[in-house]
Amino acid sequence: MKKRNWNLRIGCCITGVLVLMIIVGIFWTPYEPNAMSSADKQMAPCLAHLFGTDQFGRDIFSRVLEGGRTSLFIAVCTVAIGAGVGIVVGSLTGYFGGWLDEVLMRLNDSVAAFPSILLALVCVSVFGSGKYKIILTLGILFIPSFARIVRGEFVKERNRDYVENAKIMGAGPFRILFAHILPNVKTVLMSSMAIGFNNAVLAEASMSYLSMGVQPPDASLGRMLSESQSALFTTPWYAICTGTFLVLLILGISLVGQGLQEREDL
Amino acid sequence: MHKSLRNLILVTLILAMVLSLAACGGEKAAEPDNSTEVETPSRAATNEVNVGIAQDLEDSLDPHLAQAAGTREVLFNIFEGLVKPDSEGNIIPAVAADYSVSEDGKVYTFTLRDGITFHNGDAVTVDDVVYSVSRAAGMLDDGAYMAKDTLKGVVSVEATDDKTVVITLADTNTEFLACLATTNVAIIPEDYADQATNPVGTGPFKYVSRSPQENFVMEKYDGYWGEGAKLDKVTYLITNADSLVMSLKSGAIDICAHLTADQVRSVEDQYNIEKDTMKLVQALYLNNAVAPFDDVRVRQALCYAVNVDEIIDLVVDGNGVRVGSSMFPAFQKYFVEELSDYYTQDIEKAKELLTEAGYPDGFSMTITVPSVYPQHVQTGEVIAEQLKAVGITAEIQQVEWGTWLEQVYSNRDFQSTVVGFDTSTMTARGMLERWTNDHAKNMINFNSPEYDELFRQAIVCTDDAEQTELYRQMETILAEQAANVYIQDLYDMVAVNPALDGLTFYPVYVLDLSTVYYK
Repeated sequence: MKKRNWNLRIGCCITGVLVLMIIVGIFWTPYEPNAMSSADKQMAPCLAHLFGTDQFGRDIFSRVLEGGRTSLFIAVCTVAIGAGVGIVVGSLTGYFGGWLDEVLMRLNDSVAAFPSILLALVCVSVFGSGKYKIILTLGILFIPSFARIVRGEFVKERNRDYVENAKIMGAGPFRILFAHILPNVKTVLMSSMAIGFNNAVLAEASMSYLSMGVQPPDASLGRMLSESQSALFTTPWYAICTGTFLVLLILGISLVGQGLQEREDL
Repeated sequence: MHKSLRNLILVTLILAMVLSLAACGGEKAAEPDNSTEVETPSRAATNEVNVGIAQDLEDSLDPHLAQAAGTREVLFNIFEGLVKPDSEGNIIPAVAADYSVSEDGKVYTFTLRDGITFHNGDAVTVDDVVYSVSRAAGMLDDGAYMAKDTLKGVVSVEATDDKTVVITLADTNTEFLACLATTNVAIIPEDYADQATNPVGTGPFKYVSRSPQENFVMEKYDGYWGEGAKLDKVTYLITNADSLVMSLKSGAIDICAHLTADQVRSVEDQYNIEKDTMKLVQALYLNNAVAPFDDVRVRQALCYAVNVDEIIDLVVDGNGVRVGSSMFPAFQKYFVEELSDYYTQDIEKAKELLTEAGYPDGFSMTITVPSVYPQHVQTGEVIAEQLKAVGITAEIQQVEWGTWLEQVYSNRDFQSTVVGFDTSTMTARGMLERWTNDHAKNMINFNSPEYDELFRQAIVCTDDAEQTELYRQMETILAEQAANVYIQDLYDMVAVNPALDGLTFYPVYVLDLSTVYYK
């Protein structure tokens, strides 16, 4: 009997809906996310303002969409940098081994040895804050975990028969690396990218929460959580709506990651 | 089965993460007290209070070196000058019991108060007074003493007998007493090297300890010459703006000044909210030396582009008073009310001015704000939004307080910043002198020969009415030249534990805790 992959289905639904909302938000939001209006300060959720308004009279729903986009964009770029460089480093070190492996992996270890938030804070205080600097900082911080996972897989695969066959057929090392081995580690890579993506969303949120990430007036989910905190008792919908959106985004992608893994396991 | 369990754990973990993000920082403050009531019997019983402050006293505990208004606000309780301000704006004798001024306003004679002692128990001698005033005036060494400029005219400080100190000035200065009535000219013991780490003064409270980024503790000084403090112990808790509401709600803090409208709304059911103007000038301070703000038309365009009333409404819920120059309304005599609406929002005019200046499509600028002050950050946010209408893209850069002091205030490496400027001396001079061209603290690099000339005339003027008029003209120049985009003097909203009483406000930026007591 074929078991239904509920994780994947539910995950895809949640992620799909949220990402769709964010994409729509790029082209259209009910209100201009940064438009202030003193007449509409701190309104509770109602039909005109689905998630209510904040202290400046900005529509929280529009800001959540924009904040979600910022967070999503940063997370995607971070994972792209982390996974991109990680795959190159991991595959080279895993396949070739030797001194290259030693040097790169020790370098990798030394980056991984620092608590990532601490290292990110150091980077921010050196380079300054802002959207693109955050992406670069987080991207670099995400390299080690990807590099290590990919390296482990390549070490496992490099002595398999199909690799030997390819060698006998005269395939060059880069063809073997990326055309033969890489597709075989796809599953592991996909689920670690899902996990990495979630970590990136949370890392951006924490950095922005500590006012080191995205700078106002740009919205990001972390920044909005931080802003909502001083009004937690008077305008609770601000924190609740923003927080729920963040939770759902992470939950959805986690479920997708897990579902993908299960599909391969079956 | 075990998969659904895993999912459950996953969901729980994520929820916990997000919740902990929202509660982060609040936990610590809530620890000492689990009850939700404000009244904490333990602190009332030991007659002590906890005061929340936003920023650490990072600059210096040495009163002559303390730069930040927030630091002086605390040190006011520990130090006194020969004279000091009272809550009505008068100058009253402190370390000196009495003083007299010569007719030409050049020789000031002070009589030392009998039996006055330092916190270390030593009697205050005329030598200490001579040392303190000379040091603060920068006559002993070239340290970065804050009062160096206001005391520039001091020629000599001499003890004529063991009770009398005579200060002689080069020129007539009718405001000299006010220049002495600040902690920046506090009387401190001679030859005491640890002032910056273990301050010793003559005030109603004595220093006990300080943990960086955590707290600052002071106790009642029993040997105080005057009425003395009514509380036995005061602990200042350095509280992050984000967790402040939690700390107040939990009752960990009894008094906290400089609250935002949001914070007030969250705590007003538990605390008495007392308010008064902050006696500072909040503005978008512009670096007049860097492009594009070196062009007066650009600065004026900014003034026309900004809607001050909207800022006051959005950021402080209307709890602010418009200002139009570097003077706040509490200085009634000097405050030029007409300047407050010298610029009113006029987008067309702003665009015209920008076009004339060569920026028809606007430009990009950076607003550097200290992240410890939510009012200033939020004001920056509203300004950035308002400037969009004239095509100016303002990016906000939040920095730590220490970074702000160094980068913006000392090195003048900034384009614009939102902060509030106060004065430690109760004179118009304290507010206006800093924008004279060669002044060491002329952070905005304001340069107007006419302004400098008026200032030169004002400080030597002996006629009060004439001097006031000169200062008012200086304010007008600041407005005309659009030296800064002037915004408001905010209301200082102080949350006070309902069990406490006696808090008084001063015309300078201080928080006097010696008058506070448990009812």
